[in-house]
Amino acid sequence: MDESRPPPTRARPLRAALLLAAVATATVGTVAIVHDLAQPRIEANERLQRVARLADVLGPMQYDNDLLEDVILVRDPALLGTDGPLPVHRARLGGWPVAALIEAVAPDGYSGSIRLLVAVDTNGRLLGVRVLSHRETPGLGDGIDRRKSDWIDAFVGRSIGDPPSEGWRVRKDGGEFDQFTGATVTPRAVVRAVHNALVYFDAHRDEIFAAAPVRGDSR
Amino acid sequence: MTYNRAMQTATLLRNGLDAQNPALVQLLGLCPLLAVSTSAGSALGLGIATLAVLVASSLLASLLGRWLLPEIRLAVFVLTIAGLVTAVELALAAWWPGLHDALGIFLPLIVTNCLVLARAESFASRQPLRPAIADALGMGLGFGLVLLALGAARELLGRGTIGADLGLLLGDTAASDGLRLLPDSAGLLLALLPSGAFILLGLMLAARNWRRQAR
Repeated sequence: MDESRPPPTRARPLRAALLLAAVATATVGTVAIVHDLAQPRIEANERLQRVARLADVLGPMQYDNDLLEDVILVRDPALLGTDGPLPVHRARLGGWPVAALIEAVAPDGYSGSIRLLVAVDTNGRLLGVRVLSHRETPGLGDGIDRRKSDWIDAFVGRSIGDPPSEGWRVRKDGGEFDQFTGATVTPRAVVRAVHNALVYFDAHRDEIFAAAPVRGDSR
Repeated sequence: MTYNRAMQTATLLRNGLDAQNPALVQLLGLCPLLAVSTSAGSALGLGIATLAVLVASSLLASLLGRWLLPEIRLAVFVLTIAGLVTAVELALAAWWPGLHDALGIFLPLIVTNCLVLARAESFASRQPLRPAIADALGMGLGFGLVLLALGAARELLGRGTIGADLGLLLGDTAASDGLRLLPDSAGLLLALLPSGAFILLGLMLAARNWRRQAR
């Protein structure tokens, strides 16, 4: 292999710059083409995934409306755990409300906020809870994730009065919900956030189902 | 280059798997190695993705190498690797969304894996196609196997299971429990924490060095 280099000339920096520009253009061009090819499918996948996620938390509950379109934005920093607006999706059957899917935030997780999706029927009974995102310690606090354990199913069928509010705690604090070995902070935060979401639903039930849906897709 | 090409390929593969193992000898790419090796499943996911990017970037580096001026070679490789990983991530998100979700955070981390850049810059760019790809395969497999071993060990010690997250690689939304080998209560929390990863990697390094000295 001959590694002899051309003698340095004044043209060299220019050549290097042009080569670099050419490679940059080719790379960006390739990424742009892949992006254009992939984007419609990615959006379709995301939409499917969001519908599936909402349907999953509703469990066997029947509904016939487009959950992604029938959505309102609400704001309640004290009970929903964040200053910003949060989406509430409504499930209906034949036009009648059957359930609400409330996004809530547990602000006091072990490492940051835990985003939750809480599904309640019109009577305030919990249909299911899912963790949308979290940064809890893998293997310790991530049992709240339905993919890791079925701990979160303990909420199914519960409501604001079942157990009474002093029971809405982890066992270590005298409540009815299990904590994890080595991780109490995470389940404690989730139990409190779910209870707060129920309190919110109890206070705003009629407005939640009556409000006109927001236009467009909200994430 | 007079020696047998098959011999050369075999040597290159063995280099990556053992003599120059990126994780155990060169200690390259430790950040992703330690960050995602909490279970055998996620470790395998990162291992496969890294292998794919490594082979593709070495191929490009080998093809581009002779045309590039030394001054901009590094910049060009950084650019192409970043572009490559971005394209792979987009394609996975579009056509294999299950796998994309399972790899989610690990995918962009591949750009920061210095192993990829090191092989492209110091080896592939100076070599013809065949040795460049053999080297990438060896290095990628060597990295992936250490990752898998570390992930399996941490999962077994920390959770008492093997392969709990493997289903995620196939696009399952719910992880199965995996194969439970130890009772749940026997879980050693330390193994799942980052410090446990350092300790286990240290033990693997010590075992390797001890074996080599015994020879």
